[in-house]
Amino acid sequence: MKRKLTYAEAINEALHQLMQKDKNVIVIGQGVTSPWYVGATTVGLLDKFGEKRIIDTPVSESAITGVAGGCSLTGARPILVHPRMDFMYYAFDQIINHMAGWHFMFGGKVNMPVVFWAIINRGGEQAAQHSQALQGLFMHIPGLKLVMPSTAYDAKGLLVSAVEDNSPVMYIDDRWLYSQKEHVPEDLYRVSIGKSQIRRKGKDLTIIASSYMTLKALEACEVLENEGIEAEVIDLRSIKPLDTETLCKSVKKTGRLVIADGGWRTCGLAAEISAQISEKVFNYLKKPIVRVTLPDAPAPASSALERAYYPTEKNIIKAAKSLCNKNSVRRKK
Amino acid sequence: MSIIESCSKPINKDSIKGISPKQLVSMYEMMLKIRLVEDYIGRMVARREVKTPCHLYLGQEAVAVGVCAHLKKDDFVFSTHRSHGHYLAKGGDLKSLMAEIFGKATGCCRGRGGSMHIAQPSLGLPGSSAIVGGTIPLAVGAGLGISLKSRPNVAVAFFGDGATNEGIFYESLNFARLKNLPVIFICENNFYSTHMHISKIQAVSQLYKIGELFDIPSFQVNGYNIIEVYTLAKKTIETAKKGKGPVFVEAFTYRWRGHVGPNWDLDTNIRAKEEVYWWVKNCTIKRLERLLLGEKILNSKKRKDIFRKLHAEIRQAIKFAKESPYPDKKELKDVYA
Ligand SMILES: Cc1ncc(C[n+]2csc(CCOP(=O)(O)OP(=O)(O)O)c2C)c(N)n1
Ligand SMILES: [Mg+2]
Repeated sequence: MKRKLTYAEAINEALHQLMQKDKNVIVIGQGVTSPWYVGATTVGLLDKFGEKRIIDTPVSESAITGVAGGCSLTGARPILVHPRMDFMYYAFDQIINHMAGWHFMFGGKVNMPVVFWAIINRGGEQAAQHSQALQGLFMHIPGLKLVMPSTAYDAKGLLVSAVEDNSPVMYIDDRWLYSQKEHVPEDLYRVSIGKSQIRRKGKDLTIIASSYMTLKALEACEVLENEGIEAEVIDLRSIKPLDTETLCKSVKKTGRLVIADGGWRTCGLAAEISAQISEKVFNYLKKPIVRVTLPDAPAPASSALERAYYPTEKNIIKAAKSLCNKNSVRRKK
Repeated sequence: MSIIESCSKPINKDSIKGISPKQLVSMYEMMLKIRLVEDYIGRMVARREVKTPCHLYLGQEAVAVGVCAHLKKDDFVFSTHRSHGHYLAKGGDLKSLMAEIFGKATGCCRGRGGSMHIAQPSLGLPGSSAIVGGTIPLAVGAGLGISLKSRPNVAVAFFGDGATNEGIFYESLNFARLKNLPVIFICENNFYSTHMHISKIQAVSQLYKIGELFDIPSFQVNGYNIIEVYTLAKKTIETAKKGKGPVFVEAFTYRWRGHVGPNWDLDTNIRAKEEVYWWVKNCTIKRLERLLLGEKILNSKKRKDIFRKLHAEIRQAIKFAKESPYPDKKELKDVYA
């Protein structure tokens, strides 16, 4: 029987194997010695690799981010943990002014191979400062690569690719995915940055989804199928660079597009994809593109408001149906 | 005797000379109120009736109460993720706090903020932030506003030992001194920042010395002794109100429970059982109570009455919160003033 791991275990295994393979890999950030802080993803690292390579830090996001950058200039490959994206704003200057642009600014002569491991942790009435998903903001920044695994397999494979990449890579995972379980190979394998994955084939409509929204899109497909709508689901995996080839190919085939992302709407990931699709394959679109995103509001605390705030498979179903009226798709018998 | 050792000593009778019995009983009552409210909330979190993450102030009551006892409505208090105590001590309404914690429309932030974000602007509580260090510059800004209008007020920034890790803290101290603003920096040193002992994340062992680096009058106080906090706060707030600039206070205290939620953190290897027991045994409220009983400022009947009154008030607030409606989803559109 094939071995199965959860998403969190897959990250943990990737960290162990990466550190084992390359002495230059270090893990630094708040909570890395406290398994509950980063959701059991760092279990066993401290015992195996010691305090010199597993560095729990002061609450100093700005400086520690710069420290990881400076350390990378000496040949280290730091994996810098930000246990919540909301706490990263203090680190923006270092990430953007001092790392993302460094390679370009210095004539391509200096690299900063840092992985910003940025965790989305939301829901549970945590409110506005403990809920953010900032892929859209970071996507805006030249020089940063961004990945968002949605499966345990990708969680491991993309982390390996991120650490081996010579550019700064932001690896964004979501605590809502941590218990996802599937077969994860034991060896150290890679999932290429820049490649999306078709998770389900369909011809009536394309759903492009990021991270957790991929799960919701697949759930939506079960319902849509019963209504005679065959949706194709593309899991972005890589947010930047974007695999526009795969995205365009699907849209050309289906002519209808829903983009589902768990970030804010205005200037967000879904907005950018919508722009790129419009530029590249506008003539193939039979209907305007529909976005399923968060509303442009900070996250609320009350669960009554959270229910209205976070998009689910229901929003995707509604969006898909709005594009596929009865006459335009064949009904299933 | 170190300040920490002094946290276990009986409160000196002479230290209350000059404080009116009424004031003493009122502070006792407020500490007890915070204690009981947090205890009720902790139980409701354990029963999952309350979902919003609650960082309980249990153990630290003397700091909020001793400082806020000197504040007027139009003095400002800025707080953190651990804000229930500051809110109540500044006079915040209990019913709207409870309703907020239950995510109800009648909450002080209409259910949008939850436990970490509570406000009552009319009482000088313009908001609490869960971003470590986040409200320190806001307090400095309020100090600037006060000084622009030459008002006889202060802005108080409550923050934890962990916040001394953030750069924004140092930038704020500098500006407050530079412009001589009426800001009281209260660093509640409870020795822990989540799972980390302060000695593992802060190179400076005496936090008040950081204030001195910026030429700010800086003090260390036994934050487990309400009288010492009260006395020091009186002096410093008066100075600040006279336009003499900021003051920095490091108050030693102890958070009884884990970083978040009602658990005691005894099974996590973060801190020793003996340490927790020591602080609980030397309970800050019990020591005040012993003094007040001994000095006949309080008697057992009065004590019972206070307990009974507080329990009733809290139960009523919980009932109010539970019976209140949830906010409507239209609320999500209210993002602009
Ligand atoms: C910018 C930022 N980084 C990290 C966190 C996570 N966090 C929440 S509270 C806390 C520790 C704060 O410790 P301290 O300032 O001593 O306050 P205490 O919890 O002891 O009251 C941390 C690290 C955060 N909320 N904000
Ligand atoms: Mg602390």
